[in-house]
Amino acid sequence: MAKIKPAKGAPYARILGVGGYRPTRVVPNEVILERIDSSDEWIRSRSGIETRHWAGPEETVAAMAVEASGKAIADAGVDAAQIGAVIVSTVSHFSQTPAVATEIADKLGTDKAAAFDISAGCAGFGYGLTLAKGMVVEGSAEYVLVIGVERLSDLTDLDDRATAFLFGDGAGAVVVGPSEEPAIGPTVWGSEGDKAGTIKQTVPWDRFRVGDISQLPLDSQGNIKFPAITQEGQAVFRWAVFEMAKVAQQALDAAGVSPEELDVFIPHQANVRIIDSMVKTLKLPENVTVARDIRTTGNTSAASIPLAMERLLATGEAKSGDTALIIGFGAGLVYAATVVTLP
Amino acid sequence: MAATQEEIVAGLAEIVNEIAGIPVEDVQLDKSFTDDLDVDSLSMVEVVVAAEERFDVKIPDDDVKNLKTVGDAAEYILKHQS
Repeated sequence: MAKIKPAKGAPYARILGVGGYRPTRVVPNEVILERIDSSDEWIRSRSGIETRHWAGPEETVAAMAVEASGKAIADAGVDAAQIGAVIVSTVSHFSQTPAVATEIADKLGTDKAAAFDISAGCAGFGYGLTLAKGMVVEGSAEYVLVIGVERLSDLTDLDDRATAFLFGDGAGAVVVGPSEEPAIGPTVWGSEGDKAGTIKQTVPWDRFRVGDISQLPLDSQGNIKFPAITQEGQAVFRWAVFEMAKVAQQALDAAGVSPEELDVFIPHQANVRIIDSMVKTLKLPENVTVARDIRTTGNTSAASIPLAMERLLATGEAKSGDTALIIGFGAGLVYAATVVTLP
Repeated sequence: MAATQEEIVAGLAEIVNEIAGIPVEDVQLDKSFTDDLDVDSLSMVEVVVAAEERFDVKIPDDDVKNLKTVGDAAEYILKHQS
């Protein structure tokens, strides 16, 4: 039996740089209210959302990802040619083949970097980060780009008063590379497929080829509606606040970091009420900076954590070297939490 | 020992006060959580989870929507507490 030589990886991995892209069009609640019977006060009190960004025709999934990634690569101080792998987490890129990651890797000027998409909903960034850490430590790539990017405005039912206001578009990216010290803790992650129905697409794509519109959702004029993301609000809220607080605590324990040692908390930006209740349930000390980027960004699924991270660093609310707890959770249901050192 | 209806209502009043800031004396059997007590659908989940812990009872998501009034909740807890 031949002896197989292993790759030579780094002792540890860290996030070296972060970048974000928010579409130029800012959409206030007033625009959402043109289609649903609700109020600005209701939307703010139920979600914390004041404005969100919606992508224009030129702001494609690939284009937004390239913008965010370019900033992350510059922030990391590496060259695009050094990127060995590109991982893209998205649920809103509508051409399944090929993966959008290859186009992004090419446009960034990587040197034939490995590139692939993953689907893990709002936990996608944590899933990608975990893969990237493994690749850097194992040695299959020295630098890995992890991108969360969504155009959820394309998957929003603007006539549904429970979700019309919720979603936004954007891209966030980080570069993960070698480190002499541990800077990404153990990931606590998992799935609960028995709750798959609580957040889902209204109809699967293959229904559209059957030709029988009786199985498809129609609007009031009888036109076929594009699929949208729908959720059972109360069930998701309960799971997110109370079950995810336990997962967040497990991630702190696994990393050996006490709440008192924590500087920043960056939960998935699903709803400000979920964030506030999680902070209360976790009993986080008051000096911990909590990301509430949702107010002006909406829920951008896989993009929300890197976007919030980028904004906290840009505004000075968080600084390089801070210890941050991140947790993503969503459709699947899936979740991923870990403690990281901010770039 | 299982709680009496009176104890349950007093416990719910404390929970609603803690979560929604409503004075405990306003939490009466005939009061609607959403219409009278300013407990919206998300706060209701927090009330339910706090009540589950306090009264050692499970209130599944499917049953939460049937708990319109304080009386509904008290009756449910009275019937299901272990």
